[in-house]
Amino acid sequence: MSPNPSAAPVCKVRLCYAKRGKLRFTSHRDVARAFERALRRAGLPMAYSQGFHPHPKVSWVGAAPTGAASEAEYVEIALVEHLDPEMVRARIDAALPDGLAVLEGVVAGPGSLAERIDASAWRIEVRGVAGPRLRQAADLLLAAPELLVERVTKDGLRSLDARAAIVSLEVEDDSRVLPAPDQLGRCGILVAVVRQVSPAVRPDDVLSALGAVAGLPSSALVKAIRTAQGRLDDDGGLVDPLAADRASARTAAAGKALAQSDDGSHQLDVARYTG
Amino acid sequence: MAGTSVFEQLEPLLPRVSKPVQYVGGELNSTVKDWDTTVVRWALMYPDAYEVGLPNQGIMILYEVLNEHPDVLAERTYAVWPDLEALMREHGVPQFTVESHRPVGDFDLLGVSFATELGYTNLLTALDLAGIPLHAKQRTDDHPVVIAGGHAAFNPEPIADFIDAAVVGDGEEAVLEITAMVREWKAHGRPGGRPELLGRLSTIDGVYLPSCYDVSYLPDGRIAQVVRNAERAAQRVAKRTTMDLDEWPYPKQPLVPIAESVHERMSVEIFRGCTRGCRFCQAGMITRPVRERSIQGIGEMVERGLAASGFNEVGLLSLSSADHSEIREITKGLADQYEGTGTGLSLPSTRVDAFNIDLANEISRNGRRSGLTFAPEGGSERIRRVINKMVSEEDLIRTVSTAFGAGWRQVKLYFMCGLPTETDDDVLEIAHMAHRVIRAGREASGSKDIRCTISIGAFVPKPHTPFQWAAQEHPDIVDQRLSKLRAEINSDRKIGRNVGMRYHDGKPSLIEGLLSRGDRRVGRVIERVWRDGGRFDGWSEHFRYDRWVAACAAELVPQGVSLEWFTTRERGFEEVLPWDHVDSGLDRDWLWDDWQDALSGREQDDCRWTPCFDCGVCPSLGTDIQVGPSGRQLLPLSPVAANNGG
Repeated sequence: MSPNPSAAPVCKVRLCYAKRGKLRFTSHRDVARAFERALRRAGLPMAYSQGFHPHPKVSWVGAAPTGAASEAEYVEIALVEHLDPEMVRARIDAALPDGLAVLEGVVAGPGSLAERIDASAWRIEVRGVAGPRLRQAADLLLAAPELLVERVTKDGLRSLDARAAIVSLEVEDDSRVLPAPDQLGRCGILVAVVRQVSPAVRPDDVLSALGAVAGLPSSALVKAIRTAQGRLDDDGGLVDPLAADRASARTAAAGKALAQSDDGSHQLDVARYTG
Repeated sequence: MAGTSVFEQLEPLLPRVSKPVQYVGGELNSTVKDWDTTVVRWALMYPDAYEVGLPNQGIMILYEVLNEHPDVLAERTYAVWPDLEALMREHGVPQFTVESHRPVGDFDLLGVSFATELGYTNLLTALDLAGIPLHAKQRTDDHPVVIAGGHAAFNPEPIADFIDAAVVGDGEEAVLEITAMVREWKAHGRPGGRPELLGRLSTIDGVYLPSCYDVSYLPDGRIAQVVRNAERAAQRVAKRTTMDLDEWPYPKQPLVPIAESVHERMSVEIFRGCTRGCRFCQAGMITRPVRERSIQGIGEMVERGLAASGFNEVGLLSLSSADHSEIREITKGLADQYEGTGTGLSLPSTRVDAFNIDLANEISRNGRRSGLTFAPEGGSERIRRVINKMVSEEDLIRTVSTAFGAGWRQVKLYFMCGLPTETDDDVLEIAHMAHRVIRAGREASGSKDIRCTISIGAFVPKPHTPFQWAAQEHPDIVDQRLSKLRAEINSDRKIGRNVGMRYHDGKPSLIEGLLSRGDRRVGRVIERVWRDGGRFDGWSEHFRYDRWVAACAAELVPQGVSLEWFTTRERGFEEVLPWDHVDSGLDRDWLWDDWQDALSGREQDDCRWTPCFDCGVCPSLGTDIQVGPSGRQLLPLSPVAANNGG
């Protein structure tokens, strides 16, 4: 009826979630707190850490910066019972506030999630700059051997090479004309694949780099969405980090068909858990 | 078009400000409604930063009470930090609500809850950003009716220029009556415009309109008289009191912010009012009589609130929670019910006795025993008699010994400095008390690794208390006494190193004193400070004493009064006090007698356990104190389907 803090985790579920709309202004801490509360409201049999203040076992992999939206964030949770990952996904999704959505859940296979992610794909809307001008700037940046930009971090002003982290940088052909009230009008769209290095090169660092090579207005209005994360393959594409787990889950499913009735009783318990 | 979101204009500014998440709303259990399908629209403001304002229970209760009516819309707005304020001015973005980012100026009513007077400058920022004229008399039919509430509204005179009305006392019923009146006025085609609406509002019990009263002054600066100028308004405006808390189990759906806030827990108000009679405590005086929520009502609120919020801590709130007549059953029942769920209980409490330790042990039985807090408030036995805080040092030492013996490792003690009749010796007694606590604690725990933190605030005399006539101590004296105290604590290094001392300097308290006991002439000071850049005066990094002193010199001295006149001057019985026409239910003669008793160090019993001492509240409300025990069960232990929690 209640989570047993001493129970050992028997099942890990990896979740892909999105951060959308107004909630792009959440920090990672905000998201983590909202998630922890959603887990309690969802009444899932979470595995807890030991100690005076047990916390549900939740492992985060990276996190989109404050201000950036994402369709591809990843987190892993540990449960003390075997549960259908789709049911887990739906329950957490329902308990999260609007703007945070859980897109997929899979049972974790072998290997860690973190080692399956080393780059991000970004879609960056740059308002006030038309497509052709943006393309020109992107070409200049790609041609540069390195491009140092500065960013204020907690440790002070840091300099980082934005060019080195960029795998590819394209501009979408059709620049939309937005009905913007401030008449900024034109909008160019960058599609970038960026390596996850330390310190991180973020979408606004890419913009700073473009500004430095091509004199784009530094205050250009920018909306960035992370569209994918994964391991870079040889063609500069990204391998879906959950693909391997999906494959191993399919293999396992066949072997466990006989255990169905047992799983059913577990689910009944969960449905009555009071949290 | 009215009610249209300004988020498009706001969004580009957000990446340029700190913690933008506080401006985007999206809280769990917040309400988003259509503008067009609602008739009466309230913007509710807590005039401080989002992280402080969001957990405020008053706003949360009214928000839910109002939104339960299909034709009523209530949205929330908070003070924006100066970084966003500057950008909003630059780009013409108005003060907005966080749910739907609607301009505050488009609403019918703007309700502002003042827990502290230091939020007054933030009111002016919000009005100005909303495009609402600062002065009520310059507002037209196009502007919201601006209504103040909260404890500070028991003396709304310093902000009389800026508000159209104040609600005195509990707001649950008053906001619904105001809503009904606005609804009817709009349904009839707004007869008589704004003046008629305000006139009608003045007929509601507990609603005070400053414009219905004229104040005149004597040559020496004191108030000559306060004269009612409108027939419909009451001679004295009596406070509202919500009698049966079980009929008002709010918040049912606590707001859960995505941003971090100062209270990350679910709060249940277990009773309202207080019988202790501490003479410095405005909250304890103006919220009489005691009204307990039943044990069953508390259990239901906790169960529903936890399921709706996902919080893992429950705070049992009141002015003195350990005084609830069934507190033992409540804490034991909740601790039993939520055992093993990782749900913590907290009980803000000021009682200094062994019973309190029992409760604390119960509450912490599944967690760590870190710190306990007690509030002796005064260092010497004598000063504690003056303030009517009936705690003996022997009791305190016995209590902390029990606590240290039960595994607690830290004790926090709250005190005030600058109390009426206080001398240096009274304050130095705090050091001796702290030393005795450490010695007793070492003995009881067998450990040297224990801690006593003393936290000291400067005393501010408040309206509607026996100390409303008292002279506030000058901050220089307060600061001197506190530095002597620090030296005294450290005079014995072996013990002093286990004693921590936390205090703020006395200057913000003097300004709080001005705003608490000021009259209408203080409005000009507030406005000047705000025009000079005064914002967030409750935050030490924003508060500037010199700005207030300069504004007082410029605005008060030409009117024949001064900062000192309003603060460090003792008042006499005959003097008309600015808030005398606001009726808190307390008998003025009783308050004066209690003030005289204080000066001669005579204590007053607690009316919860001893006979009535005639403060006047119960007869004026036609009631009695409302305490248990009810003999009812907390809750039957019943499993709840998890999908009910969603």
